This record gives sequence, C-alpha cells and structure tokens, in this order.
Amino acid sequence: MRRFIACWLLTVPLTGFTAGAADYVKLPGGRFHTALKYEDIKENMRVAPFALMRKPVTNAEFLAFVRSHPQWRRDRVASVFAEPRYVSHWAGPVTLGPAALPQQPVVQVSWFAARAYCEAQGARLPTWVEWEYAAAADEMRRDARSDLLWRERILHWYSQPSNRPLQRAGLQTPNVYGVQDLHGLVWEWTEDFSSLLVDPDNRNQGDADKAKFCGAGALSMNDRDHYAVLMRVAMLSSLDAEDTTANLGFRCAKEPK
Amino acid sequence: MKRLHVAISCLALFASSAIAAPKPFPLPRDSVYQLPAILVDQHGRSSDWRGRRGNPQIVAMFYTSCQYICPLIVDSGKAVEHALTPAERARLGILLISMDPKRDTPAALMSIASKRKLDAARWTLARPKMDDVRSIAGVLGVRYRQLADGGFNHTSALVLLDADGRILARTEKMGSVPEAEFIAAVHRALRGAHRSPGFVDRLNR
Repeated sequence: MRRFIACWLLTVPLTGFTAGAADYVKLPGGRFHTALKYEDIKENMRVAPFALMRKPVTNAEFLAFVRSHPQWRRDRVASVFAEPRYVSHWAGPVTLGPAALPQQPVVQVSWFAARAYCEAQGARLPTWVEWEYAAAADEMRRDARSDLLWRERILHWYSQPSNRPLQRAGLQTPNVYGVQDLHGLVWEWTEDFSSLLVDPDNRNQGDADKAKFCGAGALSMNDRDHYAVLMRVAMLSSLDAEDTTANLGFRCAKEPK
Repeated sequence: MKRLHVAISCLALFASSAIAAPKPFPLPRDSVYQLPAILVDQHGRSSDWRGRRGNPQIVAMFYTSCQYICPLIVDSGKAVEHALTPAERARLGILLISMDPKRDTPAALMSIASKRKLDAARWTLARPKMDDVRSIAGVLGVRYRQLADGGFNHTSALVLLDADGRILARTEKMGSVPEAEFIAAVHRALRGAHRSPGFVDRLNR
C-alpha cells in the first residue's frame, strides 16, 4: 500500500496534477456478509479486489470535468440525464461561487453525471456491495459493524440537521484501507443503485407486489441494527437516475492495477 | 408545465420545418435518444436505437427466460396493438429491450418473436451492450437486479415515446387488459405523428 502511494506521488509531477487527477486506494476484497437480505443469496458474497477513490469527488474536480465535457454543463445537459437542480448550488455553469467551495464534495449530481465523470477517468461507480464492504471498516478493523460505539458514531451523523454547509472532503481519519468520508459527509451513488428494490411496504405480499418485482421478492435487511445501511438503501432505492439531492455525491472505483 | 413545454417545442419545430432546412432537427433535451445505444435485434441486425426517431414507440424491458411477467409484457404490447386501427398500428414501433444481453442472443429473441407470432414490421426484440443496460433502464425508469440463478427481479412498464423519443406516458399494468388512459395517450401520439409526415421523413434521413 505504501509503495502504491509512493508511486502515485512520484508520478504526480510527471503527469501534471490537475483537480481531476484521482487518488485511489486498493481494497483486497474477500467474503463479505452484507447487511441486506436477498432471497436468492444465502451465503456470504464475494467481493473481488478493487480500487476506490480515497475521497468523494469535489466541486473543483467536477468543475474540471464539466469544463472539458461541456455537454455536462448545467445549461447544456440533456434533461433525461439530470433534473433541473443539477449543480444548481454553483454560481454559474462553470463557476463554483460561495455555496460550492472547491474542496467540498460535489452534490446535486445525477447518477448519469456521476457515471460519466468516472468513465472519463477510465473508472466506474462502485457497486453497492463494494461500497458497503469499504464502509464496514473503521480506522483499525476491516469489519467494525458489530461495535456498538462505532455504530453510534455513524448514527450520530444521521441525526444532524442536513442544512449545514458541508465539510471539506478528506478531513476524516482514513479507515483501515485508507478510504475517507464514507460516513458522516455525503451519501453516495452506486453503479447498481437501481437494483436496490425495496418494497415500500413489507406488509403487502399480494399480487400487486409480484407484478412490481418479478421473480423473487424485494430485498429486506439481514440485520436491522445496521440502521445506517438501511437508510442509505432506502434513500438510493427511492431515486431515479436523473435525480439529484443536496447531500448526494459520489466517488469512483476501478479494477486494481 | 411539461405539456406547455412540449407545445412550445412543437411550435418551434413546426416553425423551423416551415423554413424547410433539410438538416436533422436537434434532439430535444428530454429525449431518451440523448443516450446512444447500439441494439442487436432478433434478426441479428445491429443499429442505434436513435434510428427509431421519426415514429412513436412503445418500449419495455424484458428477458427471454423470464417465466412469469415477461410473457405478460408481450401480452400488454399486443393489447395496445389490438386497440389501434390498422393505419395507427402501421405507424407505431414496439421495442422490447433485453436486460439479459448475455443470454438473449438474436436466436433466443427470434424464438420468442416466432412463438408469440410478433409481426416483425412492428416488433423489435433486441439486446443492448452489457454496459448500456443500466443506462437504458435509467432513462426508461426501470429497476432491476440479477438473481443468483440468472433470472431478474425487475419493475415492468410500457413506456410510450413520441417521434422524438420523449416520454409521453407509461403504464405498469401488465396483461391483456390495457389501461384506458395509456391507450388514449397512444392514440394521441399517433395522431400527432400523422399530422407531420414530411417532418418525420426528414428526421429519418
């Protein structure tokens, strides 16, 4: 890992560091027990090794992308890809302004826009299980989820009012993999957000639901104590791909080198 | 508001067609055809779905090995057809896009088309590239997850597109009894398409 970072630092001056140059860390993957309950998956899931951005994408980085890909300017973007609130907190189509500081994570971005950003980096959005796997770690442990104190710490953030200005990205202590800000800053898109089919009302198991979700039933929670995960899933499952929210950003993933 | 927006853009289109510039009109920003997507149909022909611009379409997502609801999706498309006059039918395209491109080869698509006696003049069953499935589902508002056994858990909808690929209506009522409101929207869409054949021709070029 240290060598990976050292190599990255060495290449920075050569490649010319811009706001768009991304900083990834490698995650080893392995067997993972998701907090979600899928009717068709009885065993632990296998997460393949992958690389994940250390921090969520910032306003400055997203602005650099919009400048080089003007079809993603808010005044030019196709409305099928982004709703009217898309980066509406920026001062202008290519100006950040006082409500969007360069080092704050970018929010008000649609799934299509997040995906296009990652594609432009030769990357992709992480899958849900990759995100959940990375976010199960704390500073010392790969899986801190059974620690009540840690859970409380995470939940504390969800109890904060969401109308305060966002902190800068990268202020939190990195988790054991070196990833920051998975909790406590913004919510994040995943590639397969629209695979999270949550039955809006678990009590309805009649024909209407069968018609809505073909095949096996909608997912539910393995462990209701993982309330933070449940909230993420509920939020992502309620969104369409062109939607944006004031607390929803993203980071990219890619195959490990 | 949306209707007003559509009315204004229609006016704008007619105004510019009166000037008769033969170049293609810019695609509306709210058209699903903003998304490029190469589809391979049941005959093995490959084409970008944006080539369907020019005629209203009914689009749905499905997969051929689906036992329960996908046959109902075909039933729903047929039910819409039955509610139309022959002249209307001739102007409507029906496009079923697979969410399972790995298994839905042209042969697999063709076997459903033959079994269900789907008129190839109107019905296209097609598979996208693997990477495009979730984006296509995104513009159509379809959610899905692949199951461990290879099947899918998915939402089902028929989506009505106008000649420019704008979503006019959708129905999640599957089966042989269509939603009256949806059928009315299809009639309206086809009347709209009929009024401007020259316009449609130019778009196809």
